[in-house]
Amino acid sequence: MAAKTIAVLRTGVANLASVLAGLRRAGADARVMDDVRAVEETDRLVLPGVGSFEAAMTQLRSRGLVEPLAQRIRAGRPTLAICLGMQLLGSGSEESPNVAGLNVFRERATRFDPCVRVPQLGWNLIATDSTSRFIRPGCAYFANSYRFTGAPVGWQPAWSDHGGRFVAALERGCVLACQFHPELSGAWGVALLRRWLVASEAEVVGC
Amino acid sequence: MLIRRVIPCLDCRDGRVVKGVKFAELREVGSPVECAGTYEAQGADEIVLLDVSATPQGREHHLETVRDVRDVLSIPLTVGGGVRSVENARVLLEAGADKVAVNTAAVDDPSLIDELAGRFGCQCTVLAVDAARNHDRDWCVVVQSGRKRTGLDAVAWCREGVQRGAGEILLTSWDRDGTRSGYDLQLLAAVSRAVTVPLIASGGASCPEHLLEALQAGADAVLAASIFHEAEYTVADVKNCLARSGIEVRR
Repeated sequence: MAAKTIAVLRTGVANLASVLAGLRRAGADARVMDDVRAVEETDRLVLPGVGSFEAAMTQLRSRGLVEPLAQRIRAGRPTLAICLGMQLLGSGSEESPNVAGLNVFRERATRFDPCVRVPQLGWNLIATDSTSRFIRPGCAYFANSYRFTGAPVGWQPAWSDHGGRFVAALERGCVLACQFHPELSGAWGVALLRRWLVASEAEVVGC
Repeated sequence: MLIRRVIPCLDCRDGRVVKGVKFAELREVGSPVECAGTYEAQGADEIVLLDVSATPQGREHHLETVRDVRDVLSIPLTVGGGVRSVENARVLLEAGADKVAVNTAAVDDPSLIDELAGRFGCQCTVLAVDAARNHDRDWCVVVQSGRKRTGLDAVAWCREGVQRGAGEILLTSWDRDGTRSGYDLQLLAAVSRAVTVPLIASGGASCPEHLLEALQAGADAVLAASIFHEAEYTVADVKNCLARSGIEVRR
């Protein structure tokens, strides 16, 4: 597969049209794929996610994608996880207490404090430090009810606040996980997608 | 802290943006793609696209409109108007909507809200409520583009919608819509207190100060159509006004 091609994994229910349009705007040739080959062979993979934690994990499990995905991300292969896609990387979620996640790290998603509007629907400020490779300070669009409050060891976090600090994004090598929707975050989001596309393409070519 | 949103609304009929008073007397404003692109460039935080077509052909146009707008838009897109089933919603989401708004069909069968939230998540499910005042005391829900008054109390209906899984309320004052006399602030305050999800104010804005008042009354986002369509104010003008009054906006 050409290095420029991006596979967007179908996770059942997701705003695929928005993700595809966003990647196209950032200069990528993105296609929807849904089998284990996409996960194992594609150089660059996008894991979108909208809907419930349980529905998404059930979809992944029924297609035998759980282990291949976890392995791919542990190996640091270029992967972009969006919204629920990021939460799936953890061990589980308060949303579906008896369902295991991909277990790439041990963090578990919990629901926002009831003192704020839930779901968090709208734009929020992103704070990061200068060591972030992809994320810059700015405003990102969120649509979530659950979030990580702590960052796993070995991952570079970016933070936001909605009734308390939460993880807005995690980076490790060319794995980028965003709680927000870069494809819906205006020019700031397009620029972020472009940075990830450029860096991950360089990494793939370098291999 | 979540930033308050300014949302231009595109009422579309047969693939064109229209504007009317009290949901009637429609007149053309322009192309949805051009309007959406212009408003995003001005700093819009989201676009709402409502289908006000009355015919099946109009519905087909609407799907094309959603696809075309999605291609140019890098901010969220909420689509509504005539959504009667999970299947209607699925088609709109596949075409590029990020959220789907239901109105009359949810009043006819409230379990539609549960089904949409169950299938697509509450963050995709917007309950649009058109409310009309009853003798200055409270508000009832009106449906079918304002043609029919129901016996439903608007505040109680919003609360029920949230319990059933609506992730956002788009609240339009039928009395104020198109009148340019400002949002119904009492209605906004009552619903804001009653629900835990974000609240979008709609109906009646004619100047940036009206949008400011709505946010101060408890809305999380403000929706307006004619003030932007008539080019009286840009989205940036509105945000400048909000920022001067100490409200944080995205720029």
